[in-house]
Amino acid sequence: MTLTSERAIIEVEQLSKVYGALPALQGLDFSLARGEFVALLGANGSGKSTLLRLLSGLSKPSAGTVRIGGWELPREAMAIRAQIGLVAHRPLLYENLTARENLAFFGRMYGLQAADCEARAKTLLRQVGLPRRADALVRTFSRGMKQRLSIARALLHGPAVLLLDEPYSGLDKSAADSLDDLLAAAQQDGRTILLSTHQLERLPPAAGRALILSRGRVAYDGALEASELAAIYQSASA
Amino acid sequence: MKTSYLETVLAIAGKDLRVELRSRELISVMAIFALLSILVFSFALELDRAAREETVGGVLWVTLIFASLLGLNRSLAQEYDLGNLDALLLAPAPRSAIFVGKFAGNALFTGLVGLLLLPLMTALYGMNLLDGRLILTALVGVFGFCAVGTLLATMTAQTRAREALLPIAMLPLALPFLLTAVRATKGILTGAAEWQVWFQLLAGITVIYFVLCLLLYGYVVEE
Repeated sequence: MTLTSERAIIEVEQLSKVYGALPALQGLDFSLARGEFVALLGANGSGKSTLLRLLSGLSKPSAGTVRIGGWELPREAMAIRAQIGLVAHRPLLYENLTARENLAFFGRMYGLQAADCEARAKTLLRQVGLPRRADALVRTFSRGMKQRLSIARALLHGPAVLLLDEPYSGLDKSAADSLDDLLAAAQQDGRTILLSTHQLERLPPAAGRALILSRGRVAYDGALEASELAAIYQSASA
Repeated sequence: MKTSYLETVLAIAGKDLRVELRSRELISVMAIFALLSILVFSFALELDRAAREETVGGVLWVTLIFASLLGLNRSLAQEYDLGNLDALLLAPAPRSAIFVGKFAGNALFTGLVGLLLLPLMTALYGMNLLDGRLILTALVGVFGFCAVGTLLATMTAQTRAREALLPIAMLPLALPFLLTAVRATKGILTGAAEWQVWFQLLAGITVIYFVLCLLLYGYVVEE
């Protein structure tokens, strides 16, 4: 699915990534509209994490172009980084800092003023349900709490695009439900969300579109509620 | 939104300092290793004064370089294992500022261990190492090999055999520091005027290595 440039915030054209002789992504073409919530599906090794690393500027494409907010990677990576919030496999937090200290540090890394950062951190900690643990060391947090703090970190600088790599991994039902609420709120704030998962049975309720990857290619790009989605996914994962 | 160079450096160095004050993982390991090392050398080399003047510079610098390897490995492994290097790279901050921030923390911790070694070695070896020129030489040497060490540790942290790989990669590159710093130290301790020549060489090598590391860091952290 491709969109006109005015509506699209992420535009990917003929994107390929090769590790040595191994193709991880092959000629991807798609775009995401502003405020859209897309579930990126695919079996392990289908190229989901590689795609998210490329979109976040952590990795460079072997071929093709990626434009985010009109800027092109990797040439304008600095401008794009300010527009991206990434929730990765790992929480990307410092275990020996408190939740508040982590957010203060990342706020400085994103050029936020101290007072502004403190106010945003306070609001986000409340939104993710961690206001009482603000001054506790992250190493004392459960997996679900780290995940919620990781989302607060990713949202701290007000990114237009939120990328999430398998955020449900290791979360119990209650934590996964609160993650769904947070993501729905982020979408309501106008953020574009691309969330990867290999669990078809645990899809974010707020997502309206699915992008299925199979062996580095787009196997399906369409409505999430499509009745044939399960069959397409099974076939793509085989 | 773009982070200023200085703000990035201060944020990273300040974060490393705060984490270290809380965990004491780096300095304690480096200091214990350095202490044991100079103790072992002092027992192994039961030397007269003239022989001590010849060897004490080598003991100081070999100890300091090996202690720094322990710290550098841990410092960058902490960033890599929890994915925090990615978190730093995601920020709209210059790569070289991230390098300088990490370098500043590493140089501070290694410099502190070096400053701890000097009075201990003065007591153990019966020679005055608390000389302003020697302290300056130690700080310049630490500055140089911590720059190389920060770059190489960033590369090796991403490998499985990083504990073995860092010394293998680092020691050949540390040779110019070792050679010039040992000669400068020996010159200071024996009162030879040639220490200045070796010190200037050490300072020159440090500047060249630091600039090279600054320029190369962006290539190292990005594919």
